Amino acid sequence: MRPLAVTTALLCLLGIAASAAISSPRHIPVKATRFFYAPAVIVVKAGETVVLDLTALDRLHGFDIPDLHIRADILPGQVTEIRLPPLTAGTYDFHCDNFCGSGHETMAAKIVVED
Amino acid sequence: MGPNISRRDFARLSAFGGAVFASGLWRGAEAASPAEDFYFVQLSDLHWGFEGPPNPEAKTTLRRAIAAVNAMPKPPDFVVFTGDLTHTTDDDAERRRRMAEVRTIIGDLNVRDIKFLAGEHDASLDWGAAFKEYFGPTRYSFDHKGVHFIAVDNVSDPGGQIGKEQLDWLAADLAHQARTTPVVVLTHRPLFDLYPQWDWATRDGAAAIEILKTHPQVTVFYGHIHQENHTMTGAIAHHSAKSLIFALPAPGSTPKRTPVAWDPAEPFRGLGFRSIEAEPQKAKYELYEMGIKA
Repeated sequence: MRPLAVTTALLCLLGIAASAAISSPRHIPVKATRFFYAPAVIVVKAGETVVLDLTALDRLHGFDIPDLHIRADILPGQVTEIRLPPLTAGTYDFHCDNFCGSGHETMAAKIVVED
Repeated sequence: MGPNISRRDFARLSAFGGAVFASGLWRGAEAASPAEDFYFVQLSDLHWGFEGPPNPEAKTTLRRAIAAVNAMPKPPDFVVFTGDLTHTTDDDAERRRRMAEVRTIIGDLNVRDIKFLAGEHDASLDWGAAFKEYFGPTRYSFDHKGVHFIAVDNVSDPGGQIGKEQLDWLAADLAHQARTTPVVVLTHRPLFDLYPQWDWATRDGAAAIEILKTHPQVTVFYGHIHQENHTMTGAIAHHSAKSLIFALPAPGSTPKRTPVAWDPAEPFRGLGFRSIEAEPQKAKYELYEMGIKA
């Protein structure tokens, strides 16, 4: 391969990698256990695309953001990914919607979207 | 979600429900129970086993309600418990102990016909296994003096779902009813999205309402939210009952659904039960709310 072609190919690869780095969403691990989510407050930037990596530490839990019509089961032993769309500034509450025992009603947390 | 309605409005709306008639369209069971005015009593959300500041009289509240029902001049035709008879526990043996105890206390009612529905506290940790042992099936239907009652289980699944199989059963059961037969649905959670932020909904409740709205005369009585609420979804009226353990705030009125604090100056405030006077020939139900006496 000629030097010019090699250089061009390398630049293309670097460009693709850079583009992927820019566009790949931030992953935020979230642990669910009776009767808490950790972290209890998830802070993201307005317009940012993030992926929540949800893990249940003890039993089946749920993840429900009624205002966004997003919900998922969180099963023990596996990561459940929730891709959040770019959000406007504000607070979005979520809660467990799979009954998990005495205290289930208090199992809630929130996503705070900042400008 | 439809608009809230007052009891007077509800009575006026339900007066348009039309007349019931006895005809060959009725099945055998219905023919054996001709339309006739009657009343029944709804008690809900006893949470037997709960202890805490929201109700320092937790051990007496249910007994007071039962005494009040027994003191009614004429006994109701039947009593229905719309779920959360017990407060949840992880201990299976303790769950059964609570169920046995509450069943014994309920046995003091001077009414022999008692219908039970499960709440999530009773059934969601074991898919209703213990509840069925003590109180029977979690879904069923029956006819009473011209009204067709359907008990829907939206709690045995911990996700608060009715499930396709039960929805199919519901549709089939309803399809057997003459359009002139008033239908009453008994359940625990609201079938509509009352306030999903507090889990006051049934995940597939919209599918149930789609089925129910094929019938012109459907009324729903439920529990779960520990307060009265009267809401219409289309032509279907939904009425939630007060609790017999603690009241909860109005939907979304506080940051959290924390129980309303016990008021020593006004004990049992916000707690109670109701009687329902049914006039099947008019598809009309008059609701009377009863408090708990200190």
